[in-house]
Amino acid sequence: MFYIYCPYCGEHREEEEFHNQGQAHIERPADPDSCSDEEWGNYMFFRKNPRGLHHEIWVHAAGCRKFFNVTRHTVTYEIKEVYKMGEQPKVVAE
Amino acid sequence: MSEVNNEAVTVSVMNQLPDASIQGESPLFHADLASVAKKGPKTGGVTFKEEALMGQITLRLNAENADQLSAAEKALGVALPTQPLTSVVEGDVSVRWISPDEWLVVVPGLKAFEVETALHAELSGHYQVVNISGGWTIYKLSGANVVDVLKKSTIVDVHPSKFPVGKVVTTTFAKSGAIIRRSGESEFELVVRRSFADYLWLWIQDASREYGLVVQA
Amino acid sequence: MSQKNRLQNGGRIDRSQPLTFTYNGKKFEGFAGDTLASALLANGVDIIGRSFKYSRPRGIVAAGAEEPNAIMQLGATEATQVPNVRATQQELFSGLVSGSTNGWPSVDNDVMGLVGKFGGKMMPPGFYYKTFMYPQSMWETYEKVIRKAAGLGRSPNEYDPDIYDKVNQHADVVVVGAGPSGLIAALTAARGGARVIIADEQNEFGGSLLSSKESIDGKAAHAWIADVVKELEANDNVMVLPRSTVNGYHDHNFLTIHERLTDHIADRAPNGQVRQRYHRVRTKWVILATGAHERPLVFGNNDVPGCMVANAISTYINRYGVVPGKELVLMTTNDNAYHTAIDWHDAGRKVQAIVDTRQNPEGELVKAARDRGITVIAGSAVIDVHGGKRVNGVSVASINEDGSKITGSVKKLSADTVASSGGWSPVIHLSCHTGSKPVWNEDVLGFLPGKTVQKQLTAGAINGTFNTAGAFEEGKKAGLEALSNLDLNAVEVAIPATIDVKESKAMALFHVPHTKPTSQAPKQFVDYQNDVTAAGIELACREGFESIEHVKRYTAMGFGTDQGKLGNINGMAVAAKILNKSIPETGTTIFRPNYTPITFGAIAGRDCGALFDPERYSAMHKWHLEHGAKFEDVGQWKRPWYFPKAGESMQQSLDRECLATRESIGILDASTLGKIDIQGKDAREFLGRIYSNAWAKLPVGKCRYGLMLKEDGMVFDDGVTSCLAENHFLMTTTSGGAATVLNWLELYHQTEWPELEVYFTSVTDHWATMTISGPNSRKLLEELIDSDVDVSKDSFKFMDWKPMTVAGVPARVFRISFTGELSFEINVQANYGMHVWKKLFEHGEKYNLTPYGTETMHILRAEKGFIIAGQDTDGSVHPYDLGMGWAVSMNKPFSFIGKRGMQREDCVRAERKQMVGIKTIDPNVVLPEGAQGVFDPTAPIPMPMVGHVSSSYWSACLGRSVALGFVKGGLDKMGEKVYYPLVDGRIVEAEICSPIFLDPKGERQNV
Ligand SMILES: [Zn+2]
Repeated sequence: MFYIYCPYCGEHREEEEFHNQGQAHIERPADPDSCSDEEWGNYMFFRKNPRGLHHEIWVHAAGCRKFFNVTRHTVTYEIKEVYKMGEQPKVVAE
Repeated sequence: MSEVNNEAVTVSVMNQLPDASIQGESPLFHADLASVAKKGPKTGGVTFKEEALMGQITLRLNAENADQLSAAEKALGVALPTQPLTSVVEGDVSVRWISPDEWLVVVPGLKAFEVETALHAELSGHYQVVNISGGWTIYKLSGANVVDVLKKSTIVDVHPSKFPVGKVVTTTFAKSGAIIRRSGESEFELVVRRSFADYLWLWIQDASREYGLVVQA
Repeated sequence: MSQKNRLQNGGRIDRSQPLTFTYNGKKFEGFAGDTLASALLANGVDIIGRSFKYSRPRGIVAAGAEEPNAIMQLGATEATQVPNVRATQQELFSGLVSGSTNGWPSVDNDVMGLVGKFGGKMMPPGFYYKTFMYPQSMWETYEKVIRKAAGLGRSPNEYDPDIYDKVNQHADVVVVGAGPSGLIAALTAARGGARVIIADEQNEFGGSLLSSKESIDGKAAHAWIADVVKELEANDNVMVLPRSTVNGYHDHNFLTIHERLTDHIADRAPNGQVRQRYHRVRTKWVILATGAHERPLVFGNNDVPGCMVANAISTYINRYGVVPGKELVLMTTNDNAYHTAIDWHDAGRKVQAIVDTRQNPEGELVKAARDRGITVIAGSAVIDVHGGKRVNGVSVASINEDGSKITGSVKKLSADTVASSGGWSPVIHLSCHTGSKPVWNEDVLGFLPGKTVQKQLTAGAINGTFNTAGAFEEGKKAGLEALSNLDLNAVEVAIPATIDVKESKAMALFHVPHTKPTSQAPKQFVDYQNDVTAAGIELACREGFESIEHVKRYTAMGFGTDQGKLGNINGMAVAAKILNKSIPETGTTIFRPNYTPITFGAIAGRDCGALFDPERYSAMHKWHLEHGAKFEDVGQWKRPWYFPKAGESMQQSLDRECLATRESIGILDASTLGKIDIQGKDAREFLGRIYSNAWAKLPVGKCRYGLMLKEDGMVFDDGVTSCLAENHFLMTTTSGGAATVLNWLELYHQTEWPELEVYFTSVTDHWATMTISGPNSRKLLEELIDSDVDVSKDSFKFMDWKPMTVAGVPARVFRISFTGELSFEINVQANYGMHVWKKLFEHGEKYNLTPYGTETMHILRAEKGFIIAGQDTDGSVHPYDLGMGWAVSMNKPFSFIGKRGMQREDCVRAERKQMVGIKTIDPNVVLPEGAQGVFDPTAPIPMPMVGHVSSSYWSACLGRSVALGFVKGGLDKMGEKVYYPLVDGRIVEAEICSPIFLDPKGERQNV
């Protein structure tokens, strides 16, 4: 049970208010029609599974319904950073 | 029914209420709370009341747009709370912060269309006003044990140091959700979805049982 | 012979309050303040169960949570049965009914002995793996025998009448354990102004102090404890939770606490009180003051009733006034256990000898024992125990300095009780729960909490600090550290005065040697509950299991309900010895939640019965109830399924509902459809990106059906969206998909296209929606609307919507159809839904207006070949697979979601499964949904399968069955045959056809 800081509500809330939406910073290709099958497949299916820091999108589903980014350590489950959509993480893997 | 056109954005607005000869039925209408109140206990640790048939309006706009903020204030008679998780009350209008670009405006049921119209009249640019009065109802919980009932029902910290009067949170309530606002030291308002209203009423009765539940009509 | 082991005075029991209880059908008496275990021992009950594999008689060995044997079934009635209760933790109450869980049919008589021996052979180490692996079909049989014989207890067969609930708590500091360190820590944190919860699994606070004769600040320990508790209870910021086990320590300092409010009072909670409470606690800091468990030693026949952990005996004497025997032999590796012999002696019973494994023991306690005339046999060990149902003697032999072998001859001593102590294991369980690996400490001879990422502090015996003075110091330090971490000011807390007893060094000994090799020596038990012996662990190591994690799984060590609290470290020591490694090299020990078993009642809380899951109701729900609807769950919605009349079967109801709709009018409560109000300059653009078809030119007043796809091109939801105004749309979604779709829109808006000016607001609950469908529906509508509103064929066309007043209520009416009939969907503010619904029936009676539910809706739409997303789609079909290419606009400027995905190589290949109609040759046969089709029913098994039936019904309107399903390349196979071999052996022959069975030209809705 994580305790997650919502950057929009400005306080920590229980995990059950949130949903994980998968890996963050995956940009939809600007021109999908000119992507090769392989490029499109990478966009759709290939995800990181690091042992360590992982940037993910969460949504405050039962709260303000805003999406934001979380940098989480996949071994210790520590949340190292929370930042809004469109921002870049400050805490990154070395 | 009319169309409102603001800076080339056109939306449809309609007064959804019939004339007074047709009685609206709130989500707990079937529970006949008036009879329950008459027959039930008059003292207990928790008091329940449905604020039925209130007007609820969702307002979406850009909180960084000063023109929109002042337009909303003009229409509502009170400034929107822009601090997260806060609310304001002015006369019969209350406004709850829901999200950085979303507020819930609560007014008497018969005033909803008037307020809706006023908002459209004042606002311009990118905004949204949606009358959601039929979709939600308001439960008022109060009494010496109200915090005990909330602790059984919601995961947010309701300690006065963390949940002072006026604070509002949208969160889970039992296995459903609610917009919870502390309206007094031992008084809370829950805005709940119509379809979940019956389940939540059942839940509140159960959670209050050990403290004694007083129902007010 | 009542309470033969009870002392005349002393202890925390109330001799003026005798309590009668039942154990295995016999009545006994104990006192208020007893546990079930202490009362049984007072009454001289030796055997409380039989062992898992070997069916050996077993007695009580411990006095707390670590007890492996005394696992009881409780409950005076069927409905109040509780399995897996440790007698050592169950407080006695008048009328308590208990029984052994393991011992079938009786613990005293040896009927299971035979089975036990059989079972012993049947269950060598590795039993679990061996039986799980081969013959798998036998597992159910094994499982029944094991459960019955092994004492896993049984759940009640009746509804539990008690109330359990859950409470969410928030704290600054949670102190786990109310022994000396926990009490001081809580006191410090509380005085500093923190919000504190202090929880302890026992009925009384005090921890180790309750078992000793120690004095604190010159007064009896319990007097000091009472003062502290009083101060804590008086503080508004402190929650004091006795009888509350902190069972789990989860991520980000989330704790679960199992509080037992009435389990000590009666079989059922009196007066409707809450029986147990499950606290879900989020706290800023945790102070673990969980103490330590004494480790028994591993020696021959160390499981004979009468063999106990040394400190447990002191607890029974000092806390409960019970001496569980007459003649004691104590074997110890340390000074501390001498307390037990001294307590025993001072209680007036005989200490036969203290067998000390050290060559030259010489602490203060050793002297105190010798001063009492107790024989101390140094450099020796108890290597075997004699007796069957109770100890009657021991074999003692001298051992070498490191305890690895016997050095002298064996002599026998008489005894009925054997206490053993191999030192203390810190209770590190909670610290392990979040993944922290414990670290071996050579001075403590035990594992200490390892590095953690939690905001966790520790104090007292959990750190290997076993003396009271040290516990106080560490408790204060932890309390102050918590205050400082919370930015609260430090406070003054005086450390109470204690009397320091100097102890000499303990010896590292776990497994006592025998004259014979371990494999041939008498059974030396490591894990009592799972009957794991030292020989079994050796065997596992010899069979090649070198990792302690593998050894544990192979032998089942630590896999019982006690999680190996007593045995795990001894087991590791045995493995280390045979593998020639040190204990830390062998590995570490990990514990998982829950610390002790928790009842299902507490886990469920109030989420049971009528509150098990929310039931969502529409505004017309009461009408449905009053009109006898049968309901179907759609998500959490309760939707009318069908409306049977008296004496009708389900099929008869459906036939009647279908025919009435096609012949006159049916009405459906469609309020559950998801509805999203969409506004903004870019609303239209957004719709174009999110739906597969075009939205740029949809005029105001028009509705359009759309398919929503995932990026892979597969359909995930559908619905009709209406243009309310140039920049204003009302989207409908499936009933089950409403929340998912709204989240989907927000996801793309917030993460991909924040520049688009559009807002979404759910209005699902705001509108009550009722659909009237059938040839007379226009007539009915006309009766209820103002005469100046024209709803005729030409001015209110198919796929138009119009505002109008229906039965006096402002409404939006949509002329859309899911039945293929002339159909109107009326939306009114939900508070007026019931009014309009009733008015429709008042006026509709003459048209035989018939309410129908989801099943008739499914049939009517299947006759028309309309899909239901989620039934006819499963995340693997794109619009072209559904034959719905007409709902895809490939030349929209923006590459909509799903466009690129459905052009992938696999999505455009031939022979994809495509949706078609399936017409059985025998019209009376209704195919089961899910049936798999084949082209050649004579093909050898496994036949190549070509697609499944997704929808199948009896159509009363057509007088035959109708089905939709998927067939490889089906769209090009119209008129060809497909066969459905069914589980009953029948093969159903069918013809591939258009999915539109009724009115292919759409004439019925165009009237
Ligand atoms: Zn939020």
